[in-house]
Amino acid sequence: MKLEETRVCILRVGGTNCDIETREAFQKSGAKAEIVHFNQLVKQQSLLDFNVLVIPGGFSYGDYVRAGAIWAKMLIAKLGNDIKRFVEEERPILGICNGFQVLVEAGLLPLFDGISPFPEAALGTNIPTGYNCRWVYLKHINHGSCIFTHKIPQNLVVRIPVAHSEGRFMFGNGKEEKCLEKLLENDQLVFRYCNPSGKFASGEYPTNPNGAFFDIAGICDPSGKILGLMPHPERSFFNWQRPDWTGEGSLCVHSDGKLIFDSVVEYLGRRT
Amino acid sequence: MLYQALVKIHLKPGHSDPEGEMTARALKELLYPVKSVRVNKNYIILLESKSKSMAEARVEDMCKRLLANPTKDEYAIQVEKAR
Repeated sequence: MKLEETRVCILRVGGTNCDIETREAFQKSGAKAEIVHFNQLVKQQSLLDFNVLVIPGGFSYGDYVRAGAIWAKMLIAKLGNDIKRFVEEERPILGICNGFQVLVEAGLLPLFDGISPFPEAALGTNIPTGYNCRWVYLKHINHGSCIFTHKIPQNLVVRIPVAHSEGRFMFGNGKEEKCLEKLLENDQLVFRYCNPSGKFASGEYPTNPNGAFFDIAGICDPSGKILGLMPHPERSFFNWQRPDWTGEGSLCVHSDGKLIFDSVVEYLGRRT
Repeated sequence: MLYQALVKIHLKPGHSDPEGEMTARALKELLYPVKSVRVNKNYIILLESKSKSMAEARVEDMCKRLLANPTKDEYAIQVEKAR
């Protein structure tokens, strides 16, 4: 299969946002991306016709119950077998913001021992409480397992915005250290919040915008084919999306988020 | 038979509750002698079931499957015949 024939499924339901920006980002990076409504996959099309699944940001189903919870359970209830096969075949899955919440609620991240029937982690209410929309700095700390970031040098600091109320990544009380060890051992940590010079936030607001454990902004599964992150890379694709681009004197066309889309598209190119 | 279930979802002890903390701060600002606030979420569910125990089991399953995230939430269930 040629790269032009690979298909990226950007899934949407009521409350999804940035699906159009995400499609644009994939297309500009060279992949064929389509926005597909969840009901279309349930009733007409097959998820297995696609090579990449993207669950974009937003407030799916009003974020009732918990952010991402309803969509996660619907996904497993209606498309569970296809999702299982998608994961087994190591087809890439990307969850952005609400998509990250969906992947965690669906038991698809951190995926320590296969798909978990119950969430193994949570994205809790921000500390300090409230909706937080701001540009943050992230340090890329993955050692090379994650196919979504292999074009980003290790320890590079990137600038990508967050926009959420429930982004505080956490494990159960008393399980934090053991789970962190597993994340480190499996090379599952991808992005941590930091300051512009790369010093980790150590939980300090607003460098860490939500109080996430260990300043975690994004993790992948042990295979590196599933990435979930709270920041929105599609909102940092072009340089002109940055709030200070006119003052920077930079003539760059693109911004840091592009590296994520370029990485997965290059991976698809190598795989085909 | 129709049963009514009251499901209370609350954060496990030790998990910080920023919404409760903010509410406590606001109540203190309004000069109430408040020490702390923890926020719960309640669901009132009407469901058909052959018996109370079966209704309880179904609601417990709902909690495990959707209403609570075991990483941070606990739940309590009260089931009675709907009036």
